[in-house]
Amino acid sequence: MKDISLDSTDRWIINSLQGCFGLGERPYRDAAEQFGLSETDLIARLERLIDCRALSRFGPMYNAEKLGGAVTLCAMAVPEERFDEVTEMVNAHREVAHNYARSHKLNMWFVLACENPDGIAATIAEIEAETDLQVYDFPKQQEFFIGLKVEA
Amino acid sequence: MQNFPHQLDDLDRKIIAATQDGLPLVPEPFEVVAQQVDAPTEEVRSRLRWMLDQGIIRRIGVVPNHYALGLNANGMSVWDVRDDVMGKLGKRVGELAFVSHCYSRPRHLPDWPYNLFAMVHGRKRAEVEEKVAVIARMLGEASARHDILYSTRILKKTGLRIAA
Repeated sequence: MKDISLDSTDRWIINSLQGCFGLGERPYRDAAEQFGLSETDLIARLERLIDCRALSRFGPMYNAEKLGGAVTLCAMAVPEERFDEVTEMVNAHREVAHNYARSHKLNMWFVLACENPDGIAATIAEIEAETDLQVYDFPKQQEFFIGLKVEA
Repeated sequence: MQNFPHQLDDLDRKIIAATQDGLPLVPEPFEVVAQQVDAPTEEVRSRLRWMLDQGIIRRIGVVPNHYALGLNANGMSVWDVRDDVMGKLGKRVGELAFVSHCYSRPRHLPDWPYNLFAMVHGRKRAEVEEKVAVIARMLGEASARHDILYSTRILKKTGLRIAA
């Protein structure tokens, strides 16, 4: 991995440019103003931040559910000796977007993304049948914020 | 909260497919997208505006990479919050700078008493714990108990994918 050295302007950009990017003809020029940068400078900094992987990308973040899909968070308590086998069974479903091992009795947490709500129930039923383990479904009820500030 | 599927046409789907990995880093990015999807720039910008207004696009901007930024400790803090104050307190927790995702979700009693999930990032676990202590003070007696689940391994990670 490339070395990441961020100066105060980089941090300012990361923290302040998480939303509110304009849809004008020259959006980078418009956004550059608040940082006292030129359009070219802002574009060069964004290129560098993506190149060094400080940023995953720059652009729109789409909401899968609003695209007509359904998303939920699921968890399972997987016996340690079956962990690899169950991981393989769960990950084999293309509906499983992310899967994390976590330190808890519920030790496997994954996100299901389906084209419609019926797909969620069907996938959970399949995983339960395949693994013979209970899947706990945690659909979100309210969303309070998505974003992250990097400490300067 | 209801989520209504939105009717997306071919052009919308093409625009999504062309931009989900990022906007072109050129002075007129929407011009480039317009060429890719074979539509007028004005149309592309107004479709993006509409998707923003509808919440189909959450936001347009930088997407930080927590791990590359040295935020290697990722703790899912979970809280048992009194239902009558969830709306008010959830919003305050979500506004904290170090919380990246914050949702209320159902309990699964008796195994799982927690109904508020707040993802906390830090350089080390000790840092995550300090931040979780801030949330604990903020919630006070409204939260009967809490826990932190650290991710120990990424088992799978794929992004949102939509076909053009």
